[in-house]
Amino acid sequence: MYTQALNARDDAPAIRPAEELEQEARFQARVDAEERIEANDWMPAAYRKTLVRQISQHAHSEIVGMLPEGNWITRAPSLRRKAALLAKVQDECGHGLYLYAAAETLGVTREELTEQLLSGRAKYSSIFNYPTLTWADMGAIGWLVDGAAIMNQIPLCRCSYGPYARAMIRVCKEESFHQRQGYEIMLTLCRGTPEQKAMAQEALNRWWWPCLMMFGPPDASSQHSDQSTRWKIKRFSNDELRQKFVDATVPQAEYLGLTLPDPDLRFVPDESGDASKGHWAYGEIDWAEFKQILAGNGPCNRDRLAARNKAHDEGAWVREAALAYAGKRRARQAA
Amino acid sequence: MTTTSIRVVETPLVLYALRRADDALVLGHRLSEWCGHAPALEEDMALANIGLDLLGQARSLYSYAAEMEAAGHTEDDFAFHRDAPQYRNLLLAELPNGDFARTILRQFFYAAFADLYWRAMMASPDPTLAAIAAKSEKETAYHLRHSAEWVIRLGDGTEESHRRAADAVAYLWPYTGEMFEADAAERALVDAGTVLDPAGFRDAWDKTVSDILAEATLEKPAAGWMQQGGRSGRHSEHLGHLLAVMQSVPRAIPGATW
Amino acid sequence: MSTQTNKTVTPLWEVFIRSRNGLAHKHVGSLHAADATLALQAARDVYTRRGEGLSIWVVPSNAITASDPGEKGMMFEPAESKIYRHPTFYEVPDEVGHM
Repeated sequence: MYTQALNARDDAPAIRPAEELEQEARFQARVDAEERIEANDWMPAAYRKTLVRQISQHAHSEIVGMLPEGNWITRAPSLRRKAALLAKVQDECGHGLYLYAAAETLGVTREELTEQLLSGRAKYSSIFNYPTLTWADMGAIGWLVDGAAIMNQIPLCRCSYGPYARAMIRVCKEESFHQRQGYEIMLTLCRGTPEQKAMAQEALNRWWWPCLMMFGPPDASSQHSDQSTRWKIKRFSNDELRQKFVDATVPQAEYLGLTLPDPDLRFVPDESGDASKGHWAYGEIDWAEFKQILAGNGPCNRDRLAARNKAHDEGAWVREAALAYAGKRRARQAA
Repeated sequence: MTTTSIRVVETPLVLYALRRADDALVLGHRLSEWCGHAPALEEDMALANIGLDLLGQARSLYSYAAEMEAAGHTEDDFAFHRDAPQYRNLLLAELPNGDFARTILRQFFYAAFADLYWRAMMASPDPTLAAIAAKSEKETAYHLRHSAEWVIRLGDGTEESHRRAADAVAYLWPYTGEMFEADAAERALVDAGTVLDPAGFRDAWDKTVSDILAEATLEKPAAGWMQQGGRSGRHSEHLGHLLAVMQSVPRAIPGATW
Repeated sequence: MSTQTNKTVTPLWEVFIRSRNGLAHKHVGSLHAADATLALQAARDVYTRRGEGLSIWVVPSNAITASDPGEKGMMFEPAESKIYRHPTFYEVPDEVGHM
């Protein structure tokens, strides 16, 4: 999930040899025919670079995304919720792992990708730089963040790059319970005491706009290349996915009896004449805030990176021990 | 907020179930604290799996306790509405995670006992306990395998990992004796043939531990003085903090459903 | 591109799982582990959380020899013309029944 906002254009070099252009044309023909590109296949350097960046950002988002929800595992208010939340956050770890492995098929190592994250050079989804302040945030994240992620991830199951597409199929299959568990938390809170319902509304108020930002800048101002679309890495624009998300979410919020924090939200019927058909128009998104978060100035950017660095640094001796033992055992077997 | 605490009528069987449930919950909770912070993604997955197994065991045992108590309490009442002195888990289970070595050694010492114990308890004449034992035994067998493999690698890995593993053994050792204790209430169940005397597993546990520590080039401590008190509610300072965190949400809004 | 020769790099393994009795092992993904035992444990913890497996193989990624996609023509196209290897190549009258 969480790559829509991030993939930026790679400028191809101006002059290329004829042979490469020919290879590229053959490559594009395969992509156009909906063939999957596999790890050892020839691919344009820019395609490889775009994929490494997108897949690794996706992986980083899963791993950093463990932290805001992980913050509540020890405080989940029932044993059932505790088990579900632990399983969900663990799934995110697994998804990060699948995705790093998919990126590795393109010739980078997990160590290199991890280093990019830990040094702050790599990006991950802006959403995880917001804090989780109450139990209702577990509901809001599952319902909205995972809901938004699914919009983005389902088309990625048909991505032209085989290892990425296969990883996404696995991810999507496993994530099917994530949004449901979030919505169930919200529903339980909304049917609970007035304090619980207020907690749910307050969480929705905080998460709604950041969730809309997850889809990335509006198409008009987006630097998204048509290239990703031509390569069939990306199949829908930011605004298309955002609109889909809003349309799906409005009735869900209504069912909960919660109010989306957008006074400009209104239904706009389409031209079909059927008054029930159309889209929910939403108000202005605060893109200045989005830019600040991406620039590292979100409320939790520093904490998130610090937590990942701490885990990595404190785990170094463990990873070294396992390698040292493996080396010793090889040596003993050889002797 | 002790006002929302429940009172439990601890018949021997209820007490027995709560003790084992509390072991599993508290240890599972500790493992869940690693989620997102483990030394490698692969180990993050593994520790969460073990934590989830233990949470599942706790839930089955609480349900059984609730059934035996027949006072209308639920698994969540037991987990979230008892204070530290009402908790009946082993001190070993509540000790803080420390570094990866301490977490792994703690798991190893516990699993080396629990695996033997649950396997034997599969023959309990109480069908619910036998069923819980059958499920727990399979899970615990893997926990033992996983932790033992890591004990070997940490002990026989680098100088640093050896030192950390040896420190963990020394720190945890005095808490291992409590696993084999049974008080009068539990002894009554043993005499009735419902449950097994944990003392009967000491030799087999000792052998597993000796073998693995030896392979790990770690020294096994001499018997020595053993800490106890968890089974009767006299805990370390750590459990209160664990419960303060764990119980904070349901205790803040009494009577709410989550 | 990087090689995995560095001593601080945990090797990569390919994971194959037999999902049901009677089926072949199928590639499901990869993971990192210092040795085969840890790789097998990690494969169990990473790839069989939802009861997906009955049997696991782990193989060091660098032990796999792959065919070259550039030689696809030579490697695989000659087989395409051998239609006589397929049952539909042969005509059997309907009256004979299933064969």
